[in-house]
Amino acid sequence: MTTNHESTPVSPNQVPDEWFRKKEKDLVEAEAVVRPSLSYWKDAWRRLRTNKLAMTGLVFLVLLAILAIFGPMFSPHAVDGMDLPNQNKAPSSEHWFGTDEMGRDVFTRTWYGARISLFVGLAAALIDFFIGVIYGGFSGYKGGRTDAVMMRIIEVLYGLPHLLVVILLLVVMGPSLTTIIVALTVTGWVGMARIVRGQVLQIKNYEFVTASKSFGAKTPRIIRRNLLPNTMGPIIVQMTLTVPSAIFAEAFLSFLGLGIQAPFASWGVMANDALPVILSGHWWRLFFPAFFISLTMFAFNVLGDGLQDALDPKLRG
Amino acid sequence: MNEQQLENARELAKERRAEVGRSQQAVVTAHTQKTKRKKVITDDIILSVDNLHVSFKTYGGNVHAVRGVSFDLRKGETLAIVGESGCGKSVTSNAIMGLIPQPPGRISDGKVMFKDVNLTNMTKKELRKVQGVDISMIFQDPMTALNPTLTIGEQLMEGVLTHTKASKAEAKEKALAMLRLVGIPNPQERLKQYPHQFSGGMRQRIVIAIALICEPELLIADEPTTALDVTIQAQILELFEEIQAKTGVSIVLITHDLGVVAKIADRIAVMYAGKIIELGTKREIFYTPQHPYTQGLLNSVPRLDLIAEELQPIEGTPPDLFAPPKGCAFTARCPFAMEVCEHVHPDTTIKSATHRVDCWLQDKRAQAFLATAQK
Amino acid sequence: MFSYTIKRFLMMIMTILIIATLTFILMHSIPGSPFNEERTTNETIQANLERFYKLDEPLPVQYMYYLKSIVTLDFGPSIKKPNETVNELLARGFPISFELGMVTILVAVISGVLLGTFAALRHNGIIDYFAMTFAVIGISVPSFVLATLLIQKLAVDYNIFPPATWSSPMHMVLPVLALATGPMAIIARLTRSSMLEVLTQDYIKMARAKGLSPFRIVARHALRNALMPVVTIMGTMLAGILTGTFVIEKIFAIPGMGKYFVESINNRDYPVIMGTTVFYSTILVFMLFVVDLVYGFLDPRIKLHKKEGDA
Repeated sequence: MTTNHESTPVSPNQVPDEWFRKKEKDLVEAEAVVRPSLSYWKDAWRRLRTNKLAMTGLVFLVLLAILAIFGPMFSPHAVDGMDLPNQNKAPSSEHWFGTDEMGRDVFTRTWYGARISLFVGLAAALIDFFIGVIYGGFSGYKGGRTDAVMMRIIEVLYGLPHLLVVILLLVVMGPSLTTIIVALTVTGWVGMARIVRGQVLQIKNYEFVTASKSFGAKTPRIIRRNLLPNTMGPIIVQMTLTVPSAIFAEAFLSFLGLGIQAPFASWGVMANDALPVILSGHWWRLFFPAFFISLTMFAFNVLGDGLQDALDPKLRG
Repeated sequence: MNEQQLENARELAKERRAEVGRSQQAVVTAHTQKTKRKKVITDDIILSVDNLHVSFKTYGGNVHAVRGVSFDLRKGETLAIVGESGCGKSVTSNAIMGLIPQPPGRISDGKVMFKDVNLTNMTKKELRKVQGVDISMIFQDPMTALNPTLTIGEQLMEGVLTHTKASKAEAKEKALAMLRLVGIPNPQERLKQYPHQFSGGMRQRIVIAIALICEPELLIADEPTTALDVTIQAQILELFEEIQAKTGVSIVLITHDLGVVAKIADRIAVMYAGKIIELGTKREIFYTPQHPYTQGLLNSVPRLDLIAEELQPIEGTPPDLFAPPKGCAFTARCPFAMEVCEHVHPDTTIKSATHRVDCWLQDKRAQAFLATAQK
Repeated sequence: MFSYTIKRFLMMIMTILIIATLTFILMHSIPGSPFNEERTTNETIQANLERFYKLDEPLPVQYMYYLKSIVTLDFGPSIKKPNETVNELLARGFPISFELGMVTILVAVISGVLLGTFAALRHNGIIDYFAMTFAVIGISVPSFVLATLLIQKLAVDYNIFPPATWSSPMHMVLPVLALATGPMAIIARLTRSSMLEVLTQDYIKMARAKGLSPFRIVARHALRNALMPVVTIMGTMLAGILTGTFVIEKIFAIPGMGKYFVESINNRDYPVIMGTTVFYSTILVFMLFVVDLVYGFLDPRIKLHKKEGDA
């Protein structure tokens, strides 16, 4: 009934007799292909590298960081160098990105804006990270009543309309770089704490934790040595996504007039200042800050997505 | 087969007969039987799978999951397809059901004849008139097979409403009747409840009710008891027998659990690496297994009357089906492997009208080797 | 379901109380009196003003007055526009903002869910690729940038839609588009990934084994389950859209609450800021409560056990 589908070189009825003897065991097992054993991070990096979009994002961010640091050096103009006769000049060889209503060089201001936007984003992400890891890690690890109470607090905080709280804080404390970062992190750490707690809950019953417990390791040590390295994946992804949302929020607040004050300017402030003149055709005033905000958001988002895929240990095969 | 082997087989058979008898006895006494109707197997062939090949395109290349499977199923009969995970038994059942996702899957060759229609060249639309009506399927895990957001009633009636002209009220009557058939108490109230309000065993009964509601002639059960507690397993198996006796439905039972097979199968197909390597009646497979793999499977089942050391697991793992071996796929793990096994796939040997096996040991020329291998 | 609703309701009241208290503390931690800045006011006038705004009472008493004003929804007069009360401003501005917000969320949810669903059904196909490219761009471009682009192109250059104000459905198109694109992109991505996951579930396979049509399988079996993660983020998304209206109203010169709010921020008009914040927070927290109820309705399991560890 069964027909032999594969093209067999020898048909079953012309098999030589001498093949009917014991098969010698192969000395080397062919199946046991030795895979180069990679560490978790190397493995993740290998996967991330194959993701073209994420790598594009990464390269762009590195370039942006370099430009934010060194960009102003390429320009002879100071960030607050007013040049009233040269108001709202279109891009030229003198002013690559044009000038604003006070004759300030948009190119120079764009890179200063990059510094501020990146600084706000990174600072917010880092502070979120520290508070979130401590709160979430403790809550998840302790469990029981402590966890229940701490999570109830989180739940209430999560229900707060973040941006309104931030606006309120800014109104009260007065707009400045520090205030913006404080305001963003006051509400921002909640998401991180939830993620950390979820991760800790998931893995705290793993056997290696039980093992180190039975060796008498103390709680902080268990958190530091065993839990953190295994929870880093989603946390890093969350951080990558916190940066753009902080930059976004900063731009939004600047746009409401709550951004950092002159002479410095973030991208959001520049876009806000450009608004009254956009209809008079001074497109460069809005275009450059808007373009870089969008590109930075894009880069962080695709990098975050890529990291998510690369760091997910479940996909590790 | 030489004298020695035959003698061994008889020995084995005796032990097994005793064992199977015991376990069946246990089940029967544990669950007091309602009036037990005798089931009837007729000679009408309801399903005929012929030389079925299924492959899947993956990033790593083509996986040849099913490589030439053939069997027949008669009306009222239960055929068990047994094998380790990844041997292609679930793919086979999905192919019969028309549930192979294409792409990446592809039925590259062969036919699945349901009565006198070939399911493999049907359009999706034509297939939908068969699915759930003539052929139904039961899934492994009742915890995930029911939609958590719809009531049991909605999920039961859906099939009837889609496939027949029945009114809502008629469909409801039908649903109630089905719940009664599978032994769910208070069907009126239960109809309005959601899956999470039922226990695992109850959910599997509901899954069975959903599968049976359009009175299919063929039921494909993919590991229907694997996810259940042992006591619940026995009840569900009872239910299968009862339903078969009442409705005359034919069952293809996919399982890796020989206990389940011993209980309800009429015939057994043993699958390995995408092929059926041995097929016979339950009696033939349990008492005179021919293929070393079948023997290995039977020896690896834990038994109360043997002490632990005598349990013989089959060493190694199945080959990967990216590059299926030229010869017999079991060669690498076979205690009786010969040179020939590696190079050429064996022909099918017909042992009896109901019993066939693909193994080189059946060849006359292997007798000398067998004689030495026994010592 | 009943105890679940009660629990959620109590949470809501508590959150509103916390926001109100927080607002109160913040506002009163500003050094000096709100009238100090204006040097023209003399001592008597300032004292009178403070009496009028009840700023001369001890803090706890002020707090009680404040809580009373919230319960009675009477936020008192504006400081900078003394002839108008906060309530009047809210009554004038909020309906417009609410309309903008609701139209936006409708557009965002409907188009986002459709886009995400089609992308998932044609996984790795052209629609999928297009939808996800669009989604990443939608998430990356801030609403105010999009708004300006839309005005420049569709209103100024091609004159298809009016560039500003809020007087006809045509006037709604650009602001809604600017505000809805971001949330729509997020919803599309979320729907897609959740739909892809749902489509691999056993109950979908079972629905196919029942011989149901693909449309019925998606509409009846997959969509409802796939939408649950979308519903969970609806609360935060609503908050984002309502605050987003501030910016959009500013750009499009829409006379909504956002305009007054931004003005009040720039003028440091504290009663308006406080009133608006508390009012908006209440609305948002209430929406969150509604979203929770919808979630309970969508997922029958919620009645028995709360979702655990959903980080």
